[in-house]
Amino acid sequence: MSTAVTERRDSTPPSDATPMLEVKDLVVRYGRGRKAAAAPAAVDHVSFSIAPGETVGLVGESGSGKSTIGKAILGLQKVSGGTITYQGKDITSAGAAERRALGGELRAVFQDPNSSLNPRNTIGTSLAEPLRLRGLSAAEARAKAEDMLERVGLPRDAVDRYPSQFSGGQRQRISVARALICDPQLVVCDEAVSALDLSTQAQVLNLLADLRDERGLSYLFIAHDIAVVQFLAQRVVVLYRGQVMESGPAAAVTENPRHPFTQALVAASPVPRPAEQAARREARESLGVRTGAAAVPAPGGCPFRLRCPLATDLCATERPALRRVGTADVACHYA
Amino acid sequence: MIPNVAPAPADQAQPTTAADLRKTRRQGAPKKFTGSKLFGSFGSIAGVAWLAVLVAASLTAPLWLPFKTEDQDFTAVLSGPTAAHWLGTDELGRDLLSRIFASAAGTLGTSIITVIVAVGLGTLLAMLAAAAGERVENAVSRVTEIMMSLPGTVIILAVIGAVGTNIPMIMGILGVLISAGIYRVMLGQAKSLQSQLYVDAAKVDGVSTAGISLRHVLPGLTNTIVVQAALIFAVGMLIQAGLAFIGFGPPIPQPSWGGMIQGASQHVYDAPWMMVPTGAGLALTVLSANAIGNALGKAPNATASHLPSAAARRQRAKAVATIASAAPAPVTQDGVAKGTLSVRNLSVGVDSTGAGSGVRLVTDVSFDVEQGTVLGLVGESGCGKTMTALSLLGLLPSGVSVTGGQILWNGRNLAATTDKAMETVRGRDIALISQEPMRALDPMFTVGYQLTATIRRLRGMGKAEAREEARNLLEKVGIVDAARILKTYPHQISGGMAQRVAIALALAGQPKLLVADEPTTALDVTVQAEILSLLRSLVTDTGMSVVMVTHDLGVVADICDQVAVMYAGQVVENGRTDSILDNPRHPYTLALLAADPHANHANDMPERLATIQGQVPQPKDWPTGCRFAARCQFAGSACLEPVPLLPSGAGEGLVRCVKADQLAVEGMDWLATDVPAARALEITPTQNPRSLQTIVEKDLA
Ligand SMILES: Nc1ncnc2c1ncn2[C@@H]1O[C@H](COP(=O)(O)OP(=O)(O)OP(=O)(O)O)[C@@H](O)[C@H]1O
Ligand code: SF4
Ligand code: SF4
Ligand SMILES: [Mg+2]
Repeated sequence: MSTAVTERRDSTPPSDATPMLEVKDLVVRYGRGRKAAAAPAAVDHVSFSIAPGETVGLVGESGSGKSTIGKAILGLQKVSGGTITYQGKDITSAGAAERRALGGELRAVFQDPNSSLNPRNTIGTSLAEPLRLRGLSAAEARAKAEDMLERVGLPRDAVDRYPSQFSGGQRQRISVARALICDPQLVVCDEAVSALDLSTQAQVLNLLADLRDERGLSYLFIAHDIAVVQFLAQRVVVLYRGQVMESGPAAAVTENPRHPFTQALVAASPVPRPAEQAARREARESLGVRTGAAAVPAPGGCPFRLRCPLATDLCATERPALRRVGTADVACHYA
Repeated sequence: MIPNVAPAPADQAQPTTAADLRKTRRQGAPKKFTGSKLFGSFGSIAGVAWLAVLVAASLTAPLWLPFKTEDQDFTAVLSGPTAAHWLGTDELGRDLLSRIFASAAGTLGTSIITVIVAVGLGTLLAMLAAAAGERVENAVSRVTEIMMSLPGTVIILAVIGAVGTNIPMIMGILGVLISAGIYRVMLGQAKSLQSQLYVDAAKVDGVSTAGISLRHVLPGLTNTIVVQAALIFAVGMLIQAGLAFIGFGPPIPQPSWGGMIQGASQHVYDAPWMMVPTGAGLALTVLSANAIGNALGKAPNATASHLPSAAARRQRAKAVATIASAAPAPVTQDGVAKGTLSVRNLSVGVDSTGAGSGVRLVTDVSFDVEQGTVLGLVGESGCGKTMTALSLLGLLPSGVSVTGGQILWNGRNLAATTDKAMETVRGRDIALISQEPMRALDPMFTVGYQLTATIRRLRGMGKAEAREEARNLLEKVGIVDAARILKTYPHQISGGMAQRVAIALALAGQPKLLVADEPTTALDVTVQAEILSLLRSLVTDTGMSVVMVTHDLGVVADICDQVAVMYAGQVVENGRTDSILDNPRHPYTLALLAADPHANHANDMPERLATIQGQVPQPKDWPTGCRFAARCQFAGSACLEPVPLLPSGAGEGLVRCVKADQLAVEGMDWLATDVPAARALEITPTQNPRSLQTIVEKDLA
């Protein structure tokens, strides 16, 4: 297993294969009418792709559009522009029937262990739902549910219990089981571990990594915590106000960020080593990034310009395009 | 005449916007519809009994009634109660008792038509509107608004004029009119159920819209449906009677309550008794339905207030008295410098009345916070961090109180201080900021109003002076456009801004000690860094001390001078932050650090993170020996005895582990193995008493 693991860490999967998922120029606007059309889009021309077996991390501040992208991919949010292609099939506006026809290849694990399982159904009922939809008998579905529970580290008899009888970490494992029960190819994890305690978070992260190595899964791993993303992802996409600021190999983006916003984000994530943290704090303060409060830039130009220490007039007039800097793509005029 | 149905106090599921979720770490368990609530009060038991008797008696009427409904006894026309006619007779000498019971089923039945139409249609529309999106919802809402504004009485009278007194049809139309109100009640709930993540998960599966409504939304509405049905049933009965009273009862020959009321209403003056039996039957039935509706609708734990209740205050007074009498000696500040908070052997427990009584939540916790320093209380959920912090302010939730130990502050023992006296300390000497800044802010008032009011209360300033001070405070917490923020309402500002305002509010009384309970957990890391810088500068500038509750070891590294690691209600290790984080001595601290992905760089990120098997034990399950033993990789037989907190090695810190020195010498690491999965997490059904559970949940929150 260890060779497989090293492989997943530092090799970028071959780019000539059909990507598992391709998101192109995705635009999502909330609301209707002229006012909504004038407001900045929640997701603004975002493009990225996920290769088979690859994990892509999506990070950014609250409200940067991470969840919206996940929802658009899962068909939970109407798309205003762009395309989403899953294994060559355009699923941008696929309905319930078409999604059913995907055969459960595209699945999701959500953030909140309390609301991602129906409290009125037993674990067995929740796990069986996607299987029954694909025509399995009740007995088959139950057997499969028990196997899957065992795989995520829970006893088989958990099928007859209700979500309230489990702790947050256990519930999150059940959500993982539910997502993986119909052998998906791609799993969208939206803040899948952020509501958990450290030790439980580590358990679920390990589980996700194991299952990926075991089954060759692809993940879109959405999180606000860059260190968590760093553990699981090979590539990272950094969002700010619905736009991609930087994307590239996880190690490059998190250790040697090129975009001023990524630099601020990485520098703000505290490490549990006092001396190093003191140095990081100084480095962060010397970056001179301004506070995000109340800074709503007018459309056009770089969305980060009101906080950016390097901003010039050019940044206010011209939206920087993503361009290759080192191993990453960076959207900054001066990176 | 047609009442608007008031929203029932039924289970409003929490709204779950993406941003909210991270912030609410735990919600209460979902409320399910349970029949057992029916038998929770005398009223509802009596109600159920009356309705059961009525229906049974009515259905079996031919078997036992003394008279046939149409038997006329001309010797006793319009009589009161007699031996032959227990409840009297009507104008044709027919026995009222027989007629009331024989016709009960029909009368109840026609009311049920209203119930079925109103609740059925209202629920259906609500589910449709919630599922089909904004446009459909707007359209349906407009239509129901129109329906609600129609004069119901006029419509019903018009129908009667057109088709005569066809009671089932009238009751059906009444149902349609009432359904608009039901729709309103149901819509909010259906929408919040529709926004639950498990609905999203089902959509991802490809479950159809109708399937989702039936499988995931409808079951969540059952409680409200049942409650509303009971209330509408009562309304239907009343309206039926009202119509009959004004002469639109059912056609004469067949007996019905409405008809009997109609008959009686014509003899109100010459034979007033006639109204009594039927009226009483009707009143009892309506009261029964209401009692049942109320019992079913009662929220099981409606007392989740943050302020101590009267009972809690009494309990606290009692606890204070016991502590004071147990330690009659005057509080000695032996060695405690002024401005230092010294917590000694603090214990917090569930009060001895009610469920979960006597369970200890915090045991024997000691720490000192010197002036101008920051102490971190760190650990996982359920380790008693919040309980410890709240006890410093005398803000423990109701049913929980300090059971022992001292909290020494400026020559006083706060653990033995009355609630009244605590009020002079709280806000002025010691202030609190919590994880949820919005909880400190009242949504009804502007930021400026709340700040000035607090400043005036705590500092006795005049209005103008207080306004000026409010501005200063906001500037001090790093808000640039203070003037604008003063005029805004809490919901108009972002989470980071709200936390700054909450800090300003906490600073209003110029406290010397700030208790910060996870103040940055809900914030972005970029905002967290700013808030931590702000707190740090407040500490250096004003000499304030801070007790910082957090589960984030990075936050500890950033701001804390001293740290106390808590596990299962105990301090397991304390000392200087750098020595503890760089050289942890206790296996739990070791494990936490090993599980933290922040502790690694991208290049040396391990393949697997270390985990700790199992979970923090429930307070009632704490063992007498080392409380970490069940999860500790180094546990041995010596760990089954109580373990004292002892000085650790060279440093001035303390550690509660029998093997601490041995581990330090051998330099052992917490290994990154996952134990065999099925054994790792033993299921713990939540069978412990509710009160304890809620308390623990509060602690976790
Ligand atoms: N249902 C909605 N209606 C209108 N606006 C929305 C809705 N959901 C999200 N938004 C807005 O869209 C933007 C992106 O939100 P999104 O939830 O995708 O952010 P996020 O990056 O997932 O944030 P978080 O870290 O808080 O989860 C935000 O400005 C948000 O306010
Ligand atoms: S484009 Fe300009 S404003 Fe934007 S990040 Fe780069 S330097 Fe800063
Ligand atoms: S006392 Fe024993 S069980 Fe407890 S932490 Fe130390 S080694 Fe582990
Ligand atoms: Mg989100």
